Amino acid sequence: MTLEIRGLAFGYGERTVGADISLSLATGEVLALLGPNGAGKTTLFKTVLGLLPVKAGDILLDCKPLSAWSRRQRAKRIAYVPQAHAALFPFTVLEVVLMGRAPHLAPFSSPGARDRRIAMEALAGLGMAHLATRPYTEISGGERQMALIARALTQEPSILVMDEPTANLDYGNQMRVLSHIRSLAERRLSVVLSTHNPDHAFLVADRVALLHASKLIALGSPREVLTAAALKQLYDIDVVIGSIDGSKARLCAPRFAAPLP
Amino acid sequence: MNRRQEASEVMVAERKGGLWLLAGALFLLALVSMAVGKYAGPSEIVAALRSAASGQATDPVLSTVLWNVRLPRVAGAILIGAALAAAGATYQGLFRNPLVSPDILGVSGGASLGAVIGIFLSLPVIAIQAVSFAGGLLAVAAAYAVGMAIRGRDPALTLVLAGIAVGALVGAGISLIKILADPYDQLPAITYWLLGSLTAITRLDVVSILPALLVGLVPLVLFRWRMNLMTLGDEEAQTLGVDTRLTRAVLVAAATLITAAAVSVSGVIGWIGLVIPHIARMLVGPDFRRLLPASMISGSAYLLVVDMLARSIALIEVPLGILTAAVGAPFFLWLLASGRRAWQ
Repeated sequence: MTLEIRGLAFGYGERTVGADISLSLATGEVLALLGPNGAGKTTLFKTVLGLLPVKAGDILLDCKPLSAWSRRQRAKRIAYVPQAHAALFPFTVLEVVLMGRAPHLAPFSSPGARDRRIAMEALAGLGMAHLATRPYTEISGGERQMALIARALTQEPSILVMDEPTANLDYGNQMRVLSHIRSLAERRLSVVLSTHNPDHAFLVADRVALLHASKLIALGSPREVLTAAALKQLYDIDVVIGSIDGSKARLCAPRFAAPLP
Repeated sequence: MNRRQEASEVMVAERKGGLWLLAGALFLLALVSMAVGKYAGPSEIVAALRSAASGQATDPVLSTVLWNVRLPRVAGAILIGAALAAAGATYQGLFRNPLVSPDILGVSGGASLGAVIGIFLSLPVIAIQAVSFAGGLLAVAAAYAVGMAIRGRDPALTLVLAGIAVGALVGAGISLIKILADPYDQLPAITYWLLGSLTAITRLDVVSILPALLVGLVPLVLFRWRMNLMTLGDEEAQTLGVDTRLTRAVLVAAATLITAAAVSVSGVIGWIGLVIPHIARMLVGPDFRRLLPASMISGSAYLLVVDMLARSIALIEVPLGILTAAVGAPFFLWLLASGRRAWQ
């Protein structure tokens, strides 16, 4: 077991956003976190990343409390993949990916040939090697998301925390990112991701956690947890869940009150 | 090594070559700058150097002009231009804002208030410089203390807003002293100082700011790669293992130190810290390992050129602040309009 959360309460300053959260993440497991806007997914991630203090309970990384790890040691174990964002300055893709080497380098040193090789391998593994010298500001949203995943892999972590990795991507890029997440899990990486799309949880997640009204209301395999009833409770939308002939993937289709066209 | 990697190595090599080219251009400019002015042109300078080399006595007036007036001025322009541009590049990265300049946290304002008080009290020049230096550091320390006391969501933004408030207070202080100052003697001196000049710079001035410049430059050089991570914002940098509070505090202190040292002898020279890092970024890219030297060299070269203009375009010396703004502002507008990707 790599990450264990026990009786966690989290939030900003005085405000408690969520409480009594317990879950664990096994090696090579993909855990998807679903919840309506404002349910506290991002706040929970920030707490797991050590950006916000734990209000109550424990977060154990390799059986040791998160607070007992130094920031640098933590960054070698847990890597964060933010939502693809616009960078301020036109760093090249390779320069952005190299930043992932920071926890492995002494404060005053710069990345060397070995770091460069690790960064290039991470890019090549995601089919991004041809973009290495392009400015990060000039590539597409999907390519930025891939570059940020490559940066996280360059940290050589055992856990990836991904905040809505498919947000703002077109359908093709969404599927490409999801398929890469699956292959990362095959390589024994543990992944926690948040998503607003139940279909995506069906596609990649080994387990799903539902966060609602500051509580963890369900935790288990996608089949058990992502039921029409649960999604009704989460989003107040009526859905039908089934699979299409020829595809193993389960899908979720909404039922509108008004007749469909 | 695959082709892409080779391409990136080639690009790095080209950018390094660019730095050497810039350094060469700066050296030539410095030589030209030694030979421009009212008292002695290029031919006199060559003659003076020739006679000095052959051991003959030189014209004493000429050698005074060369070694006691022009050399400090050229050295001062190089140091101060480099200092302001280095501080500007640092602040722009640190506050993740390409429109930030070295006076963002009130350092120029504080240094001005110090100098203005010094002039008002008729202190000797060296004391005016010391008070000005202290004023710059104090203003930033005040802005920093306020910014840290307010537990906002974005520490960088809180700091900038605190700096603007401190700058406004300090500006009020300057205005008050201008009203109280003797309009025939002190007020012109104050106005002139506030516009920046290298006219009165001495060899002692140049030597006296060197320690502060060097001390301030050390952290910038040591953190040259970490600085790139600070442009990602606090939270992302922290997840990459960076202690952002400590790093920001050290870098702000360093950039403030070199700005205050520069402003204390030259007065307020605007625009260099804002515009030069953009030019440097267009030349060598945003990686601070190359951006820092490129900004420093470009800043030196720019101030050398502007100072040459200052002493040659009119019968009286034009204050530098007027020229840097007159050249810098249109250039900056062109930069904005042409959509060059110095920032996104």
